Amino acid sequence: MATTARDITIGLAGQQNAGKSTVFNMLTGANQHIANYPGVTIDKKVGSYRDERGRVEVVDLPGCYSLTSYSLEERVTRDFLLREKPDAVINVIDAASLRRGLYFTFQLLEMGFPVVMALNMVDVAESQGRSVDADQLARLLGIAVVPTVARKKRGKGALRRAIRNIAGGDGFSAIAAESTYRIDYDALETPIAAIEGALADSKTLSRVVALRWLAVKLLEGDAESRSLVRQYHAHPDPVLDAVDAAARDFEAFHAISTVDYIASCRDRVAAEIVGRCQQVARPGTVHLSEKIDRVLLHRGLAPLFLVLTVYLIYEISIVQGYKLTFLTWPALAWVRATVAGLLPDPGLLHDTLIRSLSLWMVDSVNTLLNYVPLFLILFALIAILEDSGYMARIAFILDRVFRSFGLHGQSTLPFILGGVFTGGCAVPGIMATKGIPDERSRLATILTVPYMNCLAKIPLYTLLVNIYFTAHKSYVMLFISTITIIMAMIVAKLLTTTILSGRETAPFVMEMPSYHMPTLTGVLRRAIDRTWSYIKKVGTVVVAVAICVYVLLQYPGLPGERRDHYDAEMDRAVTAFQEQTRESDYAALLQGPRILELLNLSAAYREAKLAAGNQEASTAVDVRFEERHSELFPLLRPRDAEARAVNRALRNLATDRATLRTQIREETIVHSYFGTIGRALEPVTRFAGFDWKINVALISSFAARESSVATLGALFQEGADENITLEERMAREGGTDGRTPLHALALILFFALYPPCLAATIFPSAW
Amino acid sequence: MISRQPSRNRTTLRECLECPTCAKPLESRHDGCRFLTDVANGCRCRIRRHRSQGAIRQRLLDLGFVPGVEVEMVRCATLGDPLEMRLGDYYVTLRKREADLIEIAEG
Repeated sequence: MATTARDITIGLAGQQNAGKSTVFNMLTGANQHIANYPGVTIDKKVGSYRDERGRVEVVDLPGCYSLTSYSLEERVTRDFLLREKPDAVINVIDAASLRRGLYFTFQLLEMGFPVVMALNMVDVAESQGRSVDADQLARLLGIAVVPTVARKKRGKGALRRAIRNIAGGDGFSAIAAESTYRIDYDALETPIAAIEGALADSKTLSRVVALRWLAVKLLEGDAESRSLVRQYHAHPDPVLDAVDAAARDFEAFHAISTVDYIASCRDRVAAEIVGRCQQVARPGTVHLSEKIDRVLLHRGLAPLFLVLTVYLIYEISIVQGYKLTFLTWPALAWVRATVAGLLPDPGLLHDTLIRSLSLWMVDSVNTLLNYVPLFLILFALIAILEDSGYMARIAFILDRVFRSFGLHGQSTLPFILGGVFTGGCAVPGIMATKGIPDERSRLATILTVPYMNCLAKIPLYTLLVNIYFTAHKSYVMLFISTITIIMAMIVAKLLTTTILSGRETAPFVMEMPSYHMPTLTGVLRRAIDRTWSYIKKVGTVVVAVAICVYVLLQYPGLPGERRDHYDAEMDRAVTAFQEQTRESDYAALLQGPRILELLNLSAAYREAKLAAGNQEASTAVDVRFEERHSELFPLLRPRDAEARAVNRALRNLATDRATLRTQIREETIVHSYFGTIGRALEPVTRFAGFDWKINVALISSFAARESSVATLGALFQEGADENITLEERMAREGGTDGRTPLHALALILFFALYPPCLAATIFPSAW
Repeated sequence: MISRQPSRNRTTLRECLECPTCAKPLESRHDGCRFLTDVANGCRCRIRRHRSQGAIRQRLLDLGFVPGVEVEMVRCATLGDPLEMRLGDYYVTLRKREADLIEIAEG
């Protein structure tokens, strides 16, 4: 046999909450990537590993309870199984709720796939006194059953071996692949056999699917199975009529619909199997999860715990996380200084394009990267909520509230990802809405998630809160999220009662998962994945937008006569400096371009001295500068009276230059395209307390919300070269402009209700 | 068949149906059938029939609301809706609106 024959593809299927993704992680490790299923936005996670006989590609199928065609996940799973025909299917099943899990196993077996069962979370089942006899289960079903505890990576080797045995293409393993297990549908067996016979007329159909499975599906009234028949069968109509007649007759005779009957047959068989392979050690004992829920979901106390959870998330991620940024800022400042050192030196008044544009980009990216630790903590906390099972409880507690606004209990996760807890992103939030079975609620959720406080809004909030509301950070953040929720709810209500009122609704029927201890790797993996997707966004959208904003802020540039005016001013200052120093011993050094060199050198020296934390480092800086610039160094650190005088004059010159540069920068922006628009809007926005700088920031954030802070960072540039944070810079300027907390609040509110960013606008339209 | 939890088995069936925590008043019924919303906290019953159709029905069946299965009402959320039920060894939540479409068998 060719070597390629040893490479196999397997599907990983199972019901929700069975620990499918932990099994996936256990099998494939870090070797995963995300692809797309054709035409839908559900992620297709594909991973692979090697065993002694070749590569095994594992496709993680969406979690689903059944293989009908009602929900997107189920359709995707079914289409994958039917079209791509994996060599084997791993059925992940929760050992603690075996009975219901078996419904799904039965359907996989009916489809005729070689199945390996990963009997997951056997430790939980054992602790609940309901251990499962895996060998007995394997005998009863005629398939390989591997007990696993994927969270602790137990059962990995055995599962891999079982997969290879069943799908490896070896002669003897074919026996294992042929499961002969059949569910006895009792009174329905006659119609099933009749339909199977009619279907067998079509040779193509019997090659595409297992006929018994199709017959059962047809009797269940499954729409996609009917279209399969229409697609492949030469005479579909008589067959489908026969199916309808059989279902009608059965219902009339037995007073139960075929759907219910098939389900209860499966349930009966499942109950029998469970009865024969599971010993219940302590019947009637209450699960630990239920004991916890008696407190956490207590009718009176539940809201209290919920509020406490939300508050803790604020406190830990926003308040404590912000303290972490004090550690990361120096690193980012170092990056800026390094980049600045590599670029061409600044001119007296006007920098080269390459210097100013590059530094602009570094500033834009730095301002955002500064908040990465905060997001990492936040996403880790959300992952803990999801993995522990409390997220489902939040949906349970809040469903009634959401429903009054036309939303759904499962809107909770999209809203949280979108940033109810301050800090999320509308895009993953919108992606998470796929879990909402109710179309009307789903659309309303998609349309309101962008109101949440996404990651990109947080920097502006944190910025303003840190300047104006330092003493009450958590409370202000809580206020912001409350007000955004209220607005989102009002909008959702308006939408669902007007344009969305005709849409289909679906039930809130959800399994309440047991509580699990989240694993460190699981939480970290998700937190890092989500943070990484944020960083990628910074790297693409924000950089692209920053370039556009740069152009719109710097051009058309200063009018000619103003430029001449500033050049003349600078010349005057330089001449004055030369006058003052003409008599000194250093006069020969201070000619023409040397002055600029000296100015830049002294700025670099001051910066290096500031950055040096202790005496030793400070001395090292001195030594370094003395070595490299032995000629000019005496002027940087004057030791004699003459040098001191030159140094004093130099400092005056530097101040003049800085003042002129600031004036130029401001005037450039005033004359820029954005400045023109911002100033044109000022008569209106003045009533909200927004000056033209804020206007410019808001305009640029149309493209991506992140840009607002980046633009502010560039607009409030005074002091940027001293590497002080934007907060301090804005507070410094804000203080002189008479800006108050009320102005900040108005800005926060405006920003909260601002239209979504480009990415969030484009994304749903792809649905 | 409606029965109490073993720990509270002295409560009669009548009391169980009238225990009002989440239960809906019975007079709204015209046909004398009992529904899942009529079951009080801590009480058990058996599923008899579904009155829902399509996706809702399939979802309920998938989650184990199969005719003949015993269901225990565990609790309702703070605002009285949704409800949490126990089916054998796992827990499921559903809204009253859906629970109202599930007929239960009487003793």
